[in-house]
Amino acid sequence: MSETYEKPQPVIDPGTKPFWDAAREHRLLLPRCRSCGEHHFYPRELCPHCYSDDLEWVDASGDGEVYSYTIARKPAGPTFAADVPYVIAMIKLDEGPRMLTNIITSDVESVRIGARVKVSFDDVTPELTLPKFKLESE
Amino acid sequence: MAREAVIVGVGDVPLEGGKVVGGGSVLQVQARAAKAALDDARLSMRDVDGLLVAGLWGVPGPGQLPSVTLGEYLGIHPRFADSTNIGGSAFEAHVAHAAMAIEKGYCDVALISYGSMQKSERSRTLGGRPSILTMQFENVWGIPQPVGGYALAAQRHMHEFGTTEEQLAEIAVATRKWASMNPAATMRDPLTIDDVMNSTRIADPLKLLDCCLVTDGAGAIVMTTAENARAHGSKPIHIRGYGEAHTHWSIGAMPDLARLTAAEMASKRAFEMAGISHDAIDLVECYDSFTITVMMTLEALGFCKPGEGGAFVSGQRTAPGGAFPLNTNGGGLSYCHPGMYGIFLLVEAVRQLRGEAGARQVADVATALVHGTGGTLSSGSTVILANN
Ligand SMILES: [Zn+2]
Repeated sequence: MSETYEKPQPVIDPGTKPFWDAAREHRLLLPRCRSCGEHHFYPRELCPHCYSDDLEWVDASGDGEVYSYTIARKPAGPTFAADVPYVIAMIKLDEGPRMLTNIITSDVESVRIGARVKVSFDDVTPELTLPKFKLESE
Repeated sequence: MAREAVIVGVGDVPLEGGKVVGGGSVLQVQARAAKAALDDARLSMRDVDGLLVAGLWGVPGPGQLPSVTLGEYLGIHPRFADSTNIGGSAFEAHVAHAAMAIEKGYCDVALISYGSMQKSERSRTLGGRPSILTMQFENVWGIPQPVGGYALAAQRHMHEFGTTEEQLAEIAVATRKWASMNPAATMRDPLTIDDVMNSTRIADPLKLLDCCLVTDGAGAIVMTTAENARAHGSKPIHIRGYGEAHTHWSIGAMPDLARLTAAEMASKRAFEMAGISHDAIDLVECYDSFTITVMMTLEALGFCKPGEGGAFVSGQRTAPGGAFPLNTNGGGLSYCHPGMYGIFLLVEAVRQLRGEAGARQVADVATALVHGTGGTLSSGSTVILANN
């Protein structure tokens, strides 16, 4: 945890506050549709699968697999420069939705599509926790 | 007799080393390109009653209402305006929208305009989008924009289909060969596959030479009725079909990272409207923000099957002298890429269809397909053009 966290922080809005609040409690919360049963991410007001407004928040397992990834060799601006190389990954959560995140690993070259991953919460400030992922094999 | 909308003028501004010669503000360079396109059309600014504008300039500020600001600057009072911004594919959509407006009698002469001074103004960065609304779930991870999203797609394409980095490099090499024949192109020195493979890694698997340039640029298109074109003695380029679609901007919401859904939707409609098959297309100009964009576009347009793009571009098939002429001005990879490149696809297709492309002229071009891609593989718009 750092008091001088200078990377981009989400501008949290009423539609996304439950997700970020839960992350601070180290819970990965997903919206689920009571009408069609599908989960989705990021959180919407209407289910993007069947357009129902009958949604609920549920705790996700935090498990998934790597759907795709890239190793950033150039940073997304100066605040990420010290992290290069770092892994940005799209995780297919076991509940179905895909989620962009980072994979925290000691060996960026070891990441592969299909690898199993588990959520790992990073408390970057007292107010903000980012749900990142780690390889199950690590 | 029904009104037929046609393209009658194209224009751009001279570039040297990727910068507009003589410099200028983003409004000045658009005015120059507009004048060039109107001169080409044998029409005057006075005739323009439809204005279509998309860009990333003047925001926050006058660019928030781009057609209103540009109309004021040009001294015209349009009665039809369209500021649709779906990314770099906006201008192909503008051709479609202007065609509908002209054929409906809603306007008579439409000017489509784009300009950017991003290189001269040093305004391009890999980060920097505000982390609000949908982007609060993208920026926090440090994804370089927009290359990171394209890298995720490339990685997935390689995983699903066995596409190789060398196959992606084929596209950069072939495009550079076309650029070598375009005096306006920013990068004209020969390139090898090894050069691409050994270029600086940006976001795996994409390297520097898989990525488009960062340049200035301005372009304009003029459209009117076929009847008006005849009356002014300008040579019309016919619009046989068009289509557009968009699916997402957040890369996490892309339906399938290995398939360009928006291009599949847009081109299907354009081919149906034109009533022709792929065999009838003599030339393709498609958006090349990155090499992977081209490969996924060729698959989505139906020139090869999904996953066969790597084999399709191998052996310099898309280079000068190859079986499939593609991006004949040198593309965004080697000619210019001012941020929203799509208007230059149209400018080049029209020049090729008129036989005005000089050293890089492709023989016997009667029908050309233009396809723009915008956002992060987000939007697609197709226009099929013909010179007869
Ligand atoms: Zn639903």
